[in-house]
Amino acid sequence: MNLHEFLLSPDESARREGPHNKIVMSSRVRLARNIKGAAFPGWAKKADRIKTLDIVRPAVESLPQMADHFSETMDNLTLLDKNILVERHLISREHAAKNAGSGLVFNREETLCVMINEEDHLRMQALRPGLQLKQAWQAIDQVDSKLEKKLEYAFSPELGYLTACPTNLGTGIRVSAMLHLPGLVLAEQINQIIQAVNKLGLAVRGLYGEGTEALGNVFQVSNQMTLGEAETDIVERLSKVLSQIIEHEENARGTLLEKKPKTVYNHIGRAYGILANAHSISSKETMNLLSLMRLGVDLGLFPDLDRALVDELFVITQPNHLQKRYSDKLTAEERDLLRADMLRDRLRPSAGRSQPTPPPVAPKSLTLRPRPFCHAGDSPDFSLGPPRWRRHTLSARSAGNGEIGANEDISC
Amino acid sequence: MLCCVCKEKEAKVHLTQIVGDKMQKVDLCEGCAAQKGVNDPAGFSLADLLLGLGASQEMEQATGGGELKCSNCGFTQADFKKAGRLGCSECYTTFSEGLDGLLKTMHKGTKHMGKVPHAMQQSRELSDKLKSLQKKLDKAVAEEDFEQAAAMRDEIKATKEKIASIATA
Ligand SMILES: [Zn+2]
Ligand SMILES: [Zn+2]
Repeated sequence: MNLHEFLLSPDESARREGPHNKIVMSSRVRLARNIKGAAFPGWAKKADRIKTLDIVRPAVESLPQMADHFSETMDNLTLLDKNILVERHLISREHAAKNAGSGLVFNREETLCVMINEEDHLRMQALRPGLQLKQAWQAIDQVDSKLEKKLEYAFSPELGYLTACPTNLGTGIRVSAMLHLPGLVLAEQINQIIQAVNKLGLAVRGLYGEGTEALGNVFQVSNQMTLGEAETDIVERLSKVLSQIIEHEENARGTLLEKKPKTVYNHIGRAYGILANAHSISSKETMNLLSLMRLGVDLGLFPDLDRALVDELFVITQPNHLQKRYSDKLTAEERDLLRADMLRDRLRPSAGRSQPTPPPVAPKSLTLRPRPFCHAGDSPDFSLGPPRWRRHTLSARSAGNGEIGANEDISC
Repeated sequence: MLCCVCKEKEAKVHLTQIVGDKMQKVDLCEGCAAQKGVNDPAGFSLADLLLGLGASQEMEQATGGGELKCSNCGFTQADFKKAGRLGCSECYTTFSEGLDGLLKTMHKGTKHMGKVPHAMQQSRELSDKLKSLQKKLDKAVAEEDFEQAAAMRDEIKATKEKIASIATA
């Protein structure tokens, strides 16, 4: 079966709604399982890996949850297709590097995806839009209970499910959520949050960056410990932490708007300006600017623009998606040109295909009003928002002029 | 600063992570960082990496320098040091001594508290039941309650048959 006929279109995919999906882009629960006695994929000989694949794959395909599925061995997928699956967050980069002896099965809705012979014999994941950790856990738990009837798992009553890496031992569970946190990044509170979350034994990773440098202000939060705690407790603990992060992000957005509305609107307006007008733009810059536009949509600055469009652009501007659409022989420079063309086409008000997209609406507090009296050389200025914010934005421009009075009525 | 994995190239990627009260640090060259999947958000965990470095040291101490080898899959300590992963499920028995301390630092506990495969769960429940039946039988015999003893014997026989049927299934 053709992978691209089966895959959801990026547009369809982006339209899936879930609770809290302003901030939580998706939820995922993954279980690691292995077949008793068989060497783990990283150590097994190719013939043994193929043998395991031939046992596991039909068992996965026959799951009722996989009634309508795509199934393929990794050697039958092109490198480009594998990379597209990575950009869709369906498989790991590690799995994309696999060939004969590894496989992949996922369902039509892309809510269930099983990697065979990745690091473990089975890596099964349930995916949900928005914050739905519990639902994802229940879904994958059911799949696992069906599979254990067909496959003999490596399990020890003491240590639980035995995994290739001891960090996954026990439950073999990784519960994670992908979060969009531009507010905490702009408010420079993100490092504090990451440290606090780390202290709770949870990991924070960037989407495509190493360490904590997240592209597009997207962060992945997940559990680290898998042994000595029940799955439901792990899910519960992560859910609690996530609702706190959501609250902090909402507060950060609120405070920014209240104290530095100009800074926020400036960032968002410029992001829109560049995305809708650039003629060459890198993937990294696109992600970071789209993140600001997504924030703008959340704040109601683009009333006619759907968040789904931004989320779709997040995916289709990725390098491999561009290669697939145009040609797989594109250089990075050519990709940057095509990416910019695509963004202009989709974001400019004149674009016939998409909804007209107005530039950000000016903040309500901002009204154009000439000053009653002005010294020579002073140009009329906007009257400004709250004093604290004004000091911030004016300091760079009017350095040396001293502070401007804190009152709304400025007399000069 | 040298890369702590290959100890050859200059470390360019520096990672820190706080787990509980512990701060862990790792410095890697670009090659090793890529190889360890540091750039892969779905696959990388600093704990994985530290495990490969730390566990092999502990194993060496636990075995007094002798080389352990898994009889099921042929995996050795040296392989573990290189890969940071084990060879097969039996390796957990082979290398249990060296892993014990690491599991303690890495996880919330060292005893599995989560899901148990249904068949395993059933046979565990049945073996618990068998034990309690055996106790009741001993008590009945001691009290010369032969009617009760006979009933217990029948139940024990039925339970044993159930266990046998699960084992062969
Ligand atoms: Zn190195
Ligand atoms: Zn082994």
